Amino acid sequence: MNKKYLPLTATILIFVLSYALCAAQYPNILSTRVIGNLLTDNAFLGVAAVGMTFVILSGGIDLSVGSVIAFTGVFLAVVLEHTSMHPLAAFALVLAITTLFGVLMGMIIHYLEMPAFIVTLAGMFLARGMAFVLSIDSIPIKHPFYGTLKGFYYKLPGGGRITLIGGLMLLVFAVGILIAHRTRFGTNVYALGGGTATAKLMGVPVASTTIKIYALSGLLAGLSGIVFSLYTSAGYSLAAVGVELDAITAVVIGGTLLTGGSGFVAGTLVGIFIQGLIQTYITFDGSLSSWWTKILIGALLFAFILLQKGIIHLSRDARQHA
Amino acid sequence: MTSIVRIYLARLLPQLIALAAILIAISMTFPGFLNLEIQNGRLYGSLIDILNRGAPVVLLAIGMTVVIATKGIDLSVGAVMAICGAIAASSITSGHSLFETILITIAVGILCGIWNGILVAVLDIQPIIATLVLMVAGRGIAQLVTEGAILTFNDAGLIFIGSGSFAGLPMPVVVWLVFGVLVALLVRQSALGMLIEAIGINRQASTLSGVLTPVLLIAAYMLSGLCAAIAGIIAAADIRGADANNAGLWLELDAILAVVVGGTSLLGGRFSIAASVLGAIIIQAINTGILLSGFPPEFNLIIKAAIIVFILVLQSPRFRTAFAFLAVPRRAAKTTEQEAK
Repeated sequence: MNKKYLPLTATILIFVLSYALCAAQYPNILSTRVIGNLLTDNAFLGVAAVGMTFVILSGGIDLSVGSVIAFTGVFLAVVLEHTSMHPLAAFALVLAITTLFGVLMGMIIHYLEMPAFIVTLAGMFLARGMAFVLSIDSIPIKHPFYGTLKGFYYKLPGGGRITLIGGLMLLVFAVGILIAHRTRFGTNVYALGGGTATAKLMGVPVASTTIKIYALSGLLAGLSGIVFSLYTSAGYSLAAVGVELDAITAVVIGGTLLTGGSGFVAGTLVGIFIQGLIQTYITFDGSLSSWWTKILIGALLFAFILLQKGIIHLSRDARQHA
Repeated sequence: MTSIVRIYLARLLPQLIALAAILIAISMTFPGFLNLEIQNGRLYGSLIDILNRGAPVVLLAIGMTVVIATKGIDLSVGAVMAICGAIAASSITSGHSLFETILITIAVGILCGIWNGILVAVLDIQPIIATLVLMVAGRGIAQLVTEGAILTFNDAGLIFIGSGSFAGLPMPVVVWLVFGVLVALLVRQSALGMLIEAIGINRQASTLSGVLTPVLLIAAYMLSGLCAAIAGIIAAADIRGADANNAGLWLELDAILAVVVGGTSLLGGRFSIAASVLGAIIIQAINTGILLSGFPPEFNLIIKAAIIVFILVLQSPRFRTAFAFLAVPRRAAKTTEQEAK
């Protein structure tokens, strides 16, 4: 088997194994209700994680995601409360803002040659600050259109529901996979992750690719914010703290190399499912406390980093002996 | 001696000017800001308050400076603070003496640093990711120690560290002053600082030229863990309890910001502990200033973001080369002048 599929295979294996273990203990975990909820509860994280996958594939990082989600939620809540704007128009407006925000960060990263880490850290402060300025209270969203959107769902046999936001996440993943593997932009992202200098020599438009990557991450963070506001029906400037870390964790558990250049968008989906499964198991068990989620996810993150290190080490050895 | 002082001052000049500007700006909107008074043998005033409130970030920034100088970064310090606060609180409530408690807490902090250091130095994992593991799991571990509750304690000795005073200064200020001077002397009076800078500039070359890279890297993360432990003790002593959820939350970012404001490049190499401490105090002065001047605290983060971007733009290599053309003609003119002579 090709070595590049090894981390992804390991991720899928771990997911299937742990699902089987959970199901052996609590057979109800197999019900479509649980699966539907798994999709709905993690929809906003999944959407943001697709953007994060592209950023990490290119060798960068985006710490502003959680703050952008909070900003989007507060922005929508304020706009819908104080103006008569239709939610769809508000969605378009906020997506334009967050995309522009991503473009700006991408431009600073590329043209000023600054580390993505610190630029997006500044972006994190800025987006959270903007959310605070808009409102420091939690504002409920009562627009009837939100109720309509919540009414859309596909009923699975067994009583489970694929809600609009759950379905949207799957759609975003599908589009993400297509972009990553079937477009010129996707190829350029992988090339950039392999090394900026090499990519430049290969004729990859480094500037526009970098800017597009952060624009995409901003757009998806905005979309994730919309999903989050549909999920909670409220906007709160302190919401979604640390979501960027969960997204990065999902990407790493999904088998994407943090140094860039290698990995799959599909792996991230499995990474999201594994995190969701841990949470679901802890809820089912009832006696385990919520802090075990963090510890388990930390341990899993560590295991995957080690796994990836091992694979790189092995393939380097193989190349030397060839 | 005077020349050394002059070199130091020249290095710290931008930070000192920035701090002075901020202090003047605050005192204009809030009269009485610069007043100091002595009550019960202790200094009181807004200035002392800034030094006192800034203690955790100052301490974290000291460790972070050394880690960043090795071209690393330590994202776990906030979580380590939470763990150490929890350990300190649970140790003191379970009947250990103050001395034992401090010893245990510091040992735990150093252990966290060793863990990060091994991941970076031995397993060769990128520092951002290596320390992310403890950042994700750390708060869970802290909650495990406190069993999810805010663990309160009533030990006079431990509380003294948070709110007592020594020689007229609040205890936290004394702690970071002494610790900062010790670390600065340690790295600058020996070749340690230079070796750390060598690793930051080129790890491979340093290893090849005989620097004990892995040992020094692990030591840098150990120092960062130690700083986080002391900051954790101070934070817990200040509120007389350990809060696993909120202790040190996002302080890692403030510490990184303090180092950057202090002019230490995130790309490793050159570093100054005094400048980072000044950076941390500048950040605290901004926080306090925004509060005092009656400005909405919501603007706090936006102002912080604006400051980081401004400083980063000034630091960026591209910006420097863009403005190098201003310097080049002058230098060229000088050489032609010399040639003419």
